[in-house]
Amino acid sequence: MRLNLLSVFVDDQRAALAFYTDVLGFTLKRDIPLGDAAWLTVVSPEVPDGPELLLEPAGHPAVTPYREALMADGIPLAQFTVDDLQAEHARLTARGVTFTQPPTDIGNAWMAVLDDTCGNLIQLIAMKPDAD
Amino acid sequence: MADVYKALDDETRRLILDGLAARDGQTLFEICTTLTVRHGIGSSRQAISQHLAVLEDAGLVTSERRGRTKLHHFDPAPLAEIHRRWPQTTKDSSCD
Repeated sequence: MRLNLLSVFVDDQRAALAFYTDVLGFTLKRDIPLGDAAWLTVVSPEVPDGPELLLEPAGHPAVTPYREALMADGIPLAQFTVDDLQAEHARLTARGVTFTQPPTDIGNAWMAVLDDTCGNLIQLIAMKPDAD
Repeated sequence: MADVYKALDDETRRLILDGLAARDGQTLFEICTTLTVRHGIGSSRQAISQHLAVLEDAGLVTSERRGRTKLHHFDPAPLAEIHRRWPQTTKDSSCD
């Protein structure tokens, strides 16, 4: 068994695609029209055949209260790994990205939390070289 | 308004204030992360949320919405009551 897909609910699929590709740096993998929406996935350019992130429309009525509650308490919905968190924080802040939590030392890793502008918080993590 | 002394009479709540004094404007998630990682306090998010409610009732913590996220701030103003009640007297160092 392997993990090949995870999803985040997004307010607007096109705006989400722009943020996840232009700002975060993922690449578009699939964009298949499905009625009013699309089967829209992105992958890391470092692992083009790796797990896909589905940018799923947030239309279901259960999604709004679920995401609002998590967002209010600052709880991230997904975690992405980076090599150098301080560098990513500087790069993304310069692009106008809001961090609800700046790079924080959590012992064996550095972590930070950003707002994806689509209704979610995303945790970035960089393992320290001597830990794994 | 709840009692400031009661609000301070708990190590977890004092550590929450330490954290907010060091970095103002934290989410519940960040407060919980710090307590777990730095202080080994594995209390549930609900328990920490209740601690924050006690601190808010005492006026030691305020919260505000930034966008869709709730941030917590440390407000030392209620601590002034302690100084008013027991003013710090200047000690003459020659009397040591």
